[in-house]
Amino acid sequence: MVNYAAEGGHNPVFPIWQEMVIGLIAFAVLCFVLMKFVFPRMEQTFQARVEAIEGGIKRAEAAQAEANQLLEQYKAQLAEARTEAAGIRDQARADAESIRADVLAKAREESDRVIAAGREQLTAERQSIVRELRGEVGGLAVELASRIVGEALADEARRRGTVERFISELEHAAPQSSGAR
Amino acid sequence: MIEQLTVLAKDDLPFPPSVEDFFLPAIYPWGEANSPWVTKFTVLIWLAVAALIAFFLLAYRKPKLVPTRGQWMAESVYGFARDNVAKEIIGHEGVRFAPYLATLFSFILLTNIFGIIPFIQISPMSHIAFPAFLAIISYVLYNAAGIKKHGFWRYLKSQTMPPAPKVLYPLLIPLEFFSNLVLRPFTLALRLFANMFAGHIILLVFTLSGFVLLASDNFFIKAMSPFAWLMAIILTLFELLVAVLQAYVFTLLTAVYVQTSIATDH
Repeated sequence: MVNYAAEGGHNPVFPIWQEMVIGLIAFAVLCFVLMKFVFPRMEQTFQARVEAIEGGIKRAEAAQAEANQLLEQYKAQLAEARTEAAGIRDQARADAESIRADVLAKAREESDRVIAAGREQLTAERQSIVRELRGEVGGLAVELASRIVGEALADEARRRGTVERFISELEHAAPQSSGAR
Repeated sequence: MIEQLTVLAKDDLPFPPSVEDFFLPAIYPWGEANSPWVTKFTVLIWLAVAALIAFFLLAYRKPKLVPTRGQWMAESVYGFARDNVAKEIIGHEGVRFAPYLATLFSFILLTNIFGIIPFIQISPMSHIAFPAFLAIISYVLYNAAGIKKHGFWRYLKSQTMPPAPKVLYPLLIPLEFFSNLVLRPFTLALRLFANMFAGHIILLVFTLSGFVLLASDNFFIKAMSPFAWLMAIILTLFELLVAVLQAYVFTLLTAVYVQTSIATDH
């Protein structure tokens, strides 16, 4: 306690002005260096980090938009292709229909032609048969007549009448058939 | 000091610790014997400044988007002052105060921690001159910020005239003026100084009393000395907490004062 008086004593709540000066200078140096060379760069780094993250988000958004656009495009293309396919199908159906009609018409024509040809042939054959028959009937009649005449001469009068009628009938028939020709 | 010891303790122990333990002689061969220019305290201040500059410059010489560990540590100090103090208290425009708050916080934190670093064992903040100059800087800062924002008279008005009935003004104006514009730097400085001063005294008491107890003739009293040292160790850890807390409180209060001066409505 004696030494207090000898050293003048120290009161801890009274600042030593030299220390305040030293403190101010030292702290000013510290502030200067940190605020000029360190903290602004930290702000830059923080900013860069934020931008990196935001850039990533933006890129993702752009990719998303592009994907959506592509999807729309594909959908449009698909719809287009579908309408086109439907068109083609309709066309094909119409084509098939027309082809069928064509074929049907042709077949009908063909059948008509065949039928007509058949009919013509039939007529021709009938005529040739008729012609042949007429010749044969004549022959047969003559033969029959000769037989009848040869075998039974009795009852001449009756037979004469029969033959005469027959002949007259034949003569009737002959001009008739020649007239049909 | 030596004479003091002979007076104070019969066993050559400077016990109990006194105020004089905080006033060490100047470091030779610079200057005269008790010159305050170059003492342990001023040297510690320069050491703190040098260490902080070296740490931040080294950690941030090549900043990367994905930080290395050193860069991350430096960023967390600044990020803490920026986001958890400046933005939290002052709001968005507080970011421009972040560099000062970060410098303040790291400077006080390191000098406080000096108090428990072996061989340093004392915080410069236990000399009121250092908390005082920091308080003055903070005082100038928050008043300047307020005056810049509102103009001198409007700032003065906002700091001294709270929204209250006019009859109370004769009472309120002196009170508000005193507490907002006079008392703040003193409380700011004294709080930090007193915490560091008391912390050092407490550590001295327990460490030295360990020796004093050991020097006793009585065996039982001798046996008590390890407990005193154990207390010293526990309180050293406690001092670490106080060091961090007081650095935070000083920074936080500075931010709060800045906020009240630039707030648009009182």
